[in-house]
Amino acid sequence: MSTLLEVSGVSVTFDGFRAINNLSIQFAEAELRAIIGPNGAGKTTFMDIVTGKTKPDEGTVVWGERNISLLGMSESQIAMEGIGRKFQKPTVFEDQTVRQNLAMALKNPRGPFSVLMHKKTKTNAARIEAIAEQIGLADQLRRTAGELSHGQKQWLEIGMLLAQEPRLLLVDEPAAGMTVEEREKTTDILREAAKTRAVVVVEHDMEFVRRLDCKVTVLHEGSVLAEGSLNHVTSNQTVIDVYLGRGHA
Amino acid sequence: MLRRLLLALTLCVTPFASVQAQSLQDILQTHADEVLKPGRRSVGVVLDDLVASGLPQAVTFLEAWRDREIVQRDADGLFFKAIEADLIDLDTGDVIGVADNNDLTASRPNGGVRRAIGEALVQFQLSDPDITKRRAAVEAIARGMEASQLEPLQASIEGEMDPTLKATKIRLAGMLSARFGGTAETRIAAINDLAGDLSVDVRAVLNQVLTTTPSVATDLPDGRNIARVLTPGIDLAEDDAYSQLVAADLAPALIDADAVRAALIENITGDTVGGFPVSALNTDAARAQAYAALAEDGLVAPLITAEIKTTALASHLFFETYDEPNADITDAAKAALDAIESKVALSQAVDLGLDALSLASIYFLAAIGLAITFGVMGVINMAHGEFIMMGAYTGFVVQLFVPDYTLSILIALPLAFAVTFGAGVAMERLVIRHLYHRPLETLLATFGISIALQQLAKNIFGTQARPLTSPAWLDGALVFNDVIAISYIRIAIFVMALIFLGLILYVLNRTRLGLEVRAVTQNPGMAASMGINPDRINMLTFGLGSGIAGIAGVAIGLYAKVTSEMGADYIVQSFMTVVVGGVGNVWGTLAGASLIGFLQKGIEWLNPSNTLAAQTYMILFIILFIQFRPKGIVAQKGRAAAD
Amino acid sequence: MRNSFIAQNPSVLWFLMALAGFTLGVTLLSEATGIAFLSTSFVKTLGKTLCLCLIAVAMDVVWGYCGILSLGHFAFFGLGGYAIGMWLMYARTEVIVLESLAGQALPATPKEVSDAIGNQIFGVVGSSEFPWIWAFADSLFLQLLMVVLVPGLLALVFGWLAFRSRVTGVYLSILTQAMTLALSLYLFQNDSGLRGNNGLSGLQNIPGFEDTSQAVISIVFFWASALALGLGYLFFAWIVSGKMGSVIKGIRDNEARVRFLGYHVESYKLFVFTITAVVSAIAGALYYPQAGIINPGEIAPIASIYLAVWVAIGGRGRLYGAVIGAAFVSLLSSWFTGGGAPSVPLGFYTIQWTDWWLVLLGFSFVAVTLFFPKGIGGLFDRLVRKQA
Repeated sequence: MSTLLEVSGVSVTFDGFRAINNLSIQFAEAELRAIIGPNGAGKTTFMDIVTGKTKPDEGTVVWGERNISLLGMSESQIAMEGIGRKFQKPTVFEDQTVRQNLAMALKNPRGPFSVLMHKKTKTNAARIEAIAEQIGLADQLRRTAGELSHGQKQWLEIGMLLAQEPRLLLVDEPAAGMTVEEREKTTDILREAAKTRAVVVVEHDMEFVRRLDCKVTVLHEGSVLAEGSLNHVTSNQTVIDVYLGRGHA
Repeated sequence: MLRRLLLALTLCVTPFASVQAQSLQDILQTHADEVLKPGRRSVGVVLDDLVASGLPQAVTFLEAWRDREIVQRDADGLFFKAIEADLIDLDTGDVIGVADNNDLTASRPNGGVRRAIGEALVQFQLSDPDITKRRAAVEAIARGMEASQLEPLQASIEGEMDPTLKATKIRLAGMLSARFGGTAETRIAAINDLAGDLSVDVRAVLNQVLTTTPSVATDLPDGRNIARVLTPGIDLAEDDAYSQLVAADLAPALIDADAVRAALIENITGDTVGGFPVSALNTDAARAQAYAALAEDGLVAPLITAEIKTTALASHLFFETYDEPNADITDAAKAALDAIESKVALSQAVDLGLDALSLASIYFLAAIGLAITFGVMGVINMAHGEFIMMGAYTGFVVQLFVPDYTLSILIALPLAFAVTFGAGVAMERLVIRHLYHRPLETLLATFGISIALQQLAKNIFGTQARPLTSPAWLDGALVFNDVIAISYIRIAIFVMALIFLGLILYVLNRTRLGLEVRAVTQNPGMAASMGINPDRINMLTFGLGSGIAGIAGVAIGLYAKVTSEMGADYIVQSFMTVVVGGVGNVWGTLAGASLIGFLQKGIEWLNPSNTLAAQTYMILFIILFIQFRPKGIVAQKGRAAAD
Repeated sequence: MRNSFIAQNPSVLWFLMALAGFTLGVTLLSEATGIAFLSTSFVKTLGKTLCLCLIAVAMDVVWGYCGILSLGHFAFFGLGGYAIGMWLMYARTEVIVLESLAGQALPATPKEVSDAIGNQIFGVVGSSEFPWIWAFADSLFLQLLMVVLVPGLLALVFGWLAFRSRVTGVYLSILTQAMTLALSLYLFQNDSGLRGNNGLSGLQNIPGFEDTSQAVISIVFFWASALALGLGYLFFAWIVSGKMGSVIKGIRDNEARVRFLGYHVESYKLFVFTITAVVSAIAGALYYPQAGIINPGEIAPIASIYLAVWVAIGGRGRLYGAVIGAAFVSLLSSWFTGGGAPSVPLGFYTIQWTDWWLVLLGFSFVAVTLFFPKGIGGLFDRLVRKQA
């Protein structure tokens, strides 16, 4: 499998605090990966760097077959390159309907004038309905997003990311605050999505990670501590020390 | 010259010692006609004789004469001083009878004569035993700066007992001899002595030595003290240079558009001018053609073309000559003036710095309350300016009841704090509390409060400016030299700003309240779970910020006028100060206030005629500044800094 | 396509019909038809109110839909007024100057004419030279272009600078306010080239229509204002209803999410900021010929804040709310401050509304912000929901 994203030697410091320390990590195409780590391990900062929100002090972030550097690109450019990001808190546009939310995310020209002249087409409508089906919101398309339940909002956000048709999906704690059934469904959605693209899930919840059944990377103090299957990493003594020693939250 | 020197010597060295045979009346009788009807020319004889006599009563006479109090008795031709109804003997000073206007003819010296009398008097007065008279005489000389006064002044220096006045006399004598000294050497020496003095009058003296006259000639004349040669088009405008040629009769006068027009109108025959129809002459080119036709017929003087003009300019030299023929003197004066001016420039820079510092203090005082409410709490309070105004009006009201200015200010400061603290707490409880997560709504709601408070103040106190008077001991200024001076009130405001800086740093960094405020700022949830009541902290913080605005109001009121709109004048600048400095940081506010204060003064200095432009450019600068440092000079992380 | 758009947004149709009816009614009752139930000055007030409604709609789009609380849109309004005012004043003065020069022995040269006009216009600020910004003042077409270009370019440059450096929220508001302040301070100077605090005057006299009565001119401008409001409303309703509306509302509610969806948020903000600035300028260009005079005081930051007040009271995020707010508050305000409202005797004190109107407005504004964040338009929504 070819490498989709390669992060190497990245460090970033906030006011003297080293949030990411010489971090190197790679993702292949069509891969499901979980990133775990205690609080302050740098999981969110890592996502911030990849998506262009935070500029690292040093290191490289290289993307795709053409080896483009993502550093120096704006958030929207990176998103257009095919990296989608889901936030920890569900962020959907609560004033707008589910359909509008998905339509906005649908892969289409993003310039103001093409958006202004945008016309509704049957293909677009079909794509929206397909995605709604995938995330289980097919019968909710006309509802206002604000009225959805917490879990439905999370799915809608994932659906919006899928509508972007990204090649890499970064998902931050998708299972937080979900019921057991909702978690199962979320797992299914993510595993399904990972068949055609890389999906990176940052998660606290070991049960959820176990259910994802994928390669796991453990972050600690801004760099990779261990990598492998969940069983492999949880048997690693340093990982146990880190989690137990600091008190797993 | 010699005459005056003698006079001075007589007066100064032997005024009382010499025994005079003549009485004043005798001298006056000798010149009776001139005394009664003095003319600018004839008066000199009388004055010379009076001065030569050395009579002490001559001073009284001269004063009376100047004040038009001298009368002649028609019966015997004797002169007296007449004050109201009393007739006073000039020699003895005794009242000898009643003034009867029918019997008396008054001497009425005209302005020129009175000036001459005054000049002679000054020479007497320079050595008058009464110091106020001597001082007045010295001042009169400094006003007039006449060559004739140099010698009597110099002569009076030695006998001067008062050290201050002596120094003034020496300085004045130096200035006079720089201009009117007898020899080139004395003048150069005097000029060199002036070099360390920054005062305006010394600069005026040197400039007078260096006055120039513009001249034009084909060759530079020999034996003239030439200041500089001017190149038309570079040192002086070509049109001005040509006018100079015209004035010197070295070139024919230019014929401008108006003259062309007048000449054409004059030569209208029927419907044409010089063969051109009048109706076609609606362009400059057409008019020039018609004029040229007229000129060819010899009806008008030919037009001066640009070519002629250039040739005329090129064949002449334009230069300025010093009115002072001696080059050594002008060189010395120029050197001295340069030295003085570089010192003046330095002093002006220092003075400007002091001005900027006091402006920065005012901005700091106005903004520091905002730095707390906006910076620490993230609450934007558009009514902050009105809190400043409330503080100032509190001071005004206190002064209505407490007439002692020192005491009233001492009462007003804490009272203003209390009033605006209360207002701030009330506003926080009633309005802002409900809008904590809607900053734009807070902006608008507080703006509503701002217009209501402003109008309320107008309704209560009227629209005219109310005074807030500072104590008498704050009047005046601290003067360092002739250029650097700073008023005590500005120093007081600076000191107040320093005190507040210290106080706020202490409250925020060293007290329990400060700790809790910082805790709530950085992590409200965590702070609440540790038993800190964020409601109480927010209320107190907002009250503190508002209270400080009140105190700032008193300070600003002392320096500017108290009006209902004074707050609005400061609000935008205050926000700028906080934003430029960096939100949420007292040092940032200090940096912001300094930057804005110095910048505004700096721009005003570059373009002193236009403070409006200075403000415009300053705001533009700030807009650009925020482009490059959106988080301000001192960036800070916290609730307000998060996006 | 327009049909389907109107069909999907019935409120637009209702609004346009109400506006047309209102325009017709005012025209019939005006002095121009002879019925003269409405005085010419009142027709002008109504025409000006329509212009204010138009800028309020623009403000609603930039603030209510896109979340940018701009305190600078009245500056664009004023610039539009200045741009048209320059032509009005130039052309009018030219007519007068040509008349007075006609009797002279020689026909005047272009330079003499322009000098005389300059003298007339800039005499009050002690100058007679035409500043460079008046270069196009003699051409109505170019000056109309300036109405759009000058505010548009200013908004584009300012917006580009501000959005590029990610200045948002209250910072952006303060920055726009600073821009407004800088502009008004600049215009207050005598050497600004726009007659300092004298401003431009006599704008109600339309060159070429010296013989037309003000009653007719006022109705023509009233129509123009109504047409501009109608078109502006339609235009903005079209913008905010489609996918563009989705994106800009998304920016208002969660800028970061829109950015991570791949939209270049800054371009959208810049688009909205500039287009609304241009519409504001057009509103200003229609307003000031009806007002007759423009001076830098009109641009002062307070005016832009009042604009925000109107929109907030009318109800943000719905275009008709902005129209209601602007019409309601500005007409009420002129009723109160014009001495129309009766005084309230309290026995010990009599409330004169000329003194107390601003106090009332200020506090009622606080009340609206606290208790009716959706403004008057929110009441309509409630009614509609009850019926449904």
